[in-house]
Amino acid sequence: MIGSHRERLAAVAGLAVLCMLAAACSNSNSSGGNGGALTASAPGITAKTITIGSHQPLTGIAAPGYDEIAPASNAYFQYVNSHGGIYGRKIVYKYLNDQYNPSITSTVVHQLILQDGVYAIFNGLGTPTHLAVAPFINSEHVPDVFVASGCECWNNTSSLPDTFGWQLDYVREGKILGSYIEQHFKGKKIGFFFQDDEFGQDGVKGLSYEIPKSQIVSEQSYDPTNIKIAPQVAALKAAGAQVVVSFSVPAFTALLKLNMLGLKYAPQLVVSDVGSDPITLAGLLASFAKNKTAGFGNSLTQGIITDSYLPSLGQMSNSWITLFTKIYDTYLKPKKIPFDGNVLYGMSVGYTFVQAMFKAGKNPTRQDLINAVNGGLPQGVAVAPFAYSSSDHNGITGAYIGTIKDGVLVADTGVYVTDDTASGAITTDSTPQPAAPASGIPKP
Amino acid sequence: MLPNDLPERPSAGDTVSLPARAGGAARGPLRWRPPTLARHLGWAVLGAIVLGLVTTKLSDFRDYEIAQVAAYLVAVAGLSVLIGLSGQISIGNGAFMAVGGYTSALIFIHLHWPLVVIALAATAVSAVAGAIFGFAAARLRGPYLAGATLLLAVALPSLATRFQSVFGGDQGLGFFVSVPGFLGVSFSLSRYQAWFTCGFALLALVLLANLIRSRVGRNWRALRDDEVAASLAGLNVARLQIRAFVVSAACAGLGGVLLAVVVGTVSAGLFALSLSIQLLTAAVLGGLGSLAGAVWGSAILVLLPSYLQNQSISLGISQAKSGGVPIVAYGVVLIAVMLIFPGGIQGALSRLYAWGRRRPAGDHQEKGST
Repeated sequence: MIGSHRERLAAVAGLAVLCMLAAACSNSNSSGGNGGALTASAPGITAKTITIGSHQPLTGIAAPGYDEIAPASNAYFQYVNSHGGIYGRKIVYKYLNDQYNPSITSTVVHQLILQDGVYAIFNGLGTPTHLAVAPFINSEHVPDVFVASGCECWNNTSSLPDTFGWQLDYVREGKILGSYIEQHFKGKKIGFFFQDDEFGQDGVKGLSYEIPKSQIVSEQSYDPTNIKIAPQVAALKAAGAQVVVSFSVPAFTALLKLNMLGLKYAPQLVVSDVGSDPITLAGLLASFAKNKTAGFGNSLTQGIITDSYLPSLGQMSNSWITLFTKIYDTYLKPKKIPFDGNVLYGMSVGYTFVQAMFKAGKNPTRQDLINAVNGGLPQGVAVAPFAYSSSDHNGITGAYIGTIKDGVLVADTGVYVTDDTASGAITTDSTPQPAAPASGIPKP
Repeated sequence: MLPNDLPERPSAGDTVSLPARAGGAARGPLRWRPPTLARHLGWAVLGAIVLGLVTTKLSDFRDYEIAQVAAYLVAVAGLSVLIGLSGQISIGNGAFMAVGGYTSALIFIHLHWPLVVIALAATAVSAVAGAIFGFAAARLRGPYLAGATLLLAVALPSLATRFQSVFGGDQGLGFFVSVPGFLGVSFSLSRYQAWFTCGFALLALVLLANLIRSRVGRNWRALRDDEVAASLAGLNVARLQIRAFVVSAACAGLGGVLLAVVVGTVSAGLFALSLSIQLLTAAVLGGLGSLAGAVWGSAILVLLPSYLQNQSISLGISQAKSGGVPIVAYGVVLIAVMLIFPGGIQGALSRLYAWGRRRPAGDHQEKGST
C-alpha cells in the first residue's frame, strides 16, 4: 500500500520513467508491427521460445503411420526456427506418447499443462484420446488448436470454446464423396464399408445425405480390433454392390482389397482420405499379402477413387510440395521417415499453427491465439478455405476427388466445398490455391 | 516405547518362528493392543492427514498423479487380495473397472446424483457383476479360471462399441467433474480429484485390512493353502470363492469410478485388455496379498512411465523414440523384481526389515545360542 504523499509521488515518478522506457523500447523495435520488446507474455512463452505440447501415439495400434505426424510438424517448426522463428522466438514442440490410450492421454496432457506449462496443446491426435482431455484443456483456458481428428465434436463453441479442429471433418468428406458418386455412378448399386465408430458413422451420415437411398444395397461395418472381415465383404458381393465406399483406416482398406481379390469381386472402390494414402496402402498390401514383388502394392491401389484436402504428393510442380520436399530432405530423410501423406499432414498443420501465431501478435496471451483463429485464417496448404470463426471451429471445408494411378493421387475434379448440414449445398471453389511463400514461412 | 521392552527384544527376534511367537504371546497380556478396526482407522486418519498436507504443498500435476495412484490402488488392492489370499486368479479385473466406470458415467450424465453416491452405487453394481461372474468362477481352477476372466476383459469393453447409443461407442461418455462450490473458487481441480480418490482409497484399504484380519480372511488363506483340507474343516469353498470375487470386483468397480473421475471420460480404450494386465503386474510387482504392496505396485504403474519418458527426453533421446522407453523399462523392472524378489517389493521390504531386526540380535547373542 502506498501511504504518504512522498511515496505516492515517487511511485508516480517511477511509473512515468517506466512508461518512457517502454515507449523508447517500442520505438527502437517497432519494425515487427506490434511494437515492444519480446516478453514472457503468457505461460509457455519466453523472450526466446514458444513451448507447445501434444499427445501422439508413438507406440501401439495407432502408431504405424501416425507416428510420423509429430516429427513432420517438428521438422517444419525447426525450419521456421532456423529462418527467424516467430517474431524471433523459436518453437519448442514437446510431444509425448499416449499409446492411443485415453488414460495415458490424460496423464501426459496434465503434465504438459500443469507441470511443463505449455502455451498451447497442438494437434492432439485421436478422437477418444482427445475427447478425454478437451474439457480439462478448456477448463484451464489453454488454446487447444488443430486437433488431429475429423470428428465433428471439436466444433462446439459453447462447451469447448478453446478447441479447434483442422482437417476436413468426416461429414463434409462423406457429402463430397457422396455427391461425386451420385453424379458419376447413376443407377449403380452402392455398398458401404465403414469403421463402426464416430469416424465411419459420420462419414456414412455425409454419404447418405447425397446418395439416393434406393441405390444403397448394403451397409457393412467393421470393428477395428477384428481383422476377420470376410463376412462383410461376402455380404457386399452378395448384395451385388458395383461401387463400394469405404470409410476405413489404411490397414482395413488393404484388408478390404485383399478380401475382394480372394472372392474374385472387383467393384469400383471409393475410399475416404484417412484410409487411402497410396504409399501407406501399397506398403500394407505388400506386407499383408507377403508379396515382395516391386510394384505389387501399387498394382492393387490402381484405380481407387478418393478425396484429398491437401495437394497430392505427385504434383511436383505445386509450390507447397516443393517447399515440403526441401524441408523433408533436410530434417526427415536422415531419420528414414518416408515422405508420405502423414508427413505432408504434419507439415501442413504445422504451417497453420505458425500462421495463427503470427496473427496472434508479437507478445500474445493465450486468448490472443484463440482470438486470432476465431477471426479466421488465410488458406494455407489446404486446397479449400478454413471455416474458422467465433461460431464455427471446424477447419478445412472442402476437398477434390482423385484417382490413384501408379501409386500417386491424380486429381479428377476441382475443389468442392460444403458445410456439415444435411441441406447445405456443395459448390465448386474455383479460386486457385495460393502459392507457398518464397521464404516458406507465412507472412505476419 | 517402554525401557523394559529393550532387553526382551533380542531374545524374541533371535530364535526362529515358534519360540519367538511364544515369547510374543507371553508378553501379550502386558502390552495393550487396540482393536483391529481402531488400529486400521488410526492408520487411515494418519494417512489422510499426511495426504492432506502433502497435496496442498505439491504442484497440481503431482496432485493429479496422486489421484491416479489412488484410483489404481483400489483396483490393485482388490486383485491382490483375490489372488494372494483366496488363491484365485483373475486377468479380467479391468472389466469390473469398466462396469464401475460406465455405471458411474451413466448415472452422472442421466441422473445427476452427488459424486459420492454415484461412487457407492457403481461399486455396488460392480459387486453384483462380480457375484454373477463368481458363480461361474467358483467352478473353475487355475488356467481355466484365468482364461475365463481373460475372456471377460476382452468381451466386456467391446459391448461399449456394440451398443453405441448407450455407451457412446469409441468416443465414450464424458465424465468431467468440477470442484464443488464449498471448497472455494481457487481450489484446484487436481487437488479435489486427489482428495476424492484418496478418501475412497483409504476407506477401501481400511475395509480390506479388516477383512484380511477377520474370519473371512483366515478362511480365504485356508482355502488358498489347501482347498481339500479347508473343505474337510467345514469351510464352504464355493461360497468363499464367490465372496472373494465379489470383494475384488467391488474394489475394481470403485477403482473404475475413481479412474473415470481422474481421467474425465470413460471409453472402451480406457478399459482395454492392457489395463487388466497392468493391474495384475502391479499386484505382482508390489507383492501379492499385501495392501502395502498394492501401494508400491500402483505407484510404479503410474509414476514410472511418465518419469522415464521425461528422463529419456532430457537425456537427449529423440522424442519419437522416447515413447518406447517406459514400455521397455516396465518389462525390465517386472523381470528384475520377479527374479530378485519373487515376493514382490513388499516381500523384499519385509525380508529386509526382518533381516535388519535379526542382525543386531545376532551380534549380541550369536555366541550364546549357537
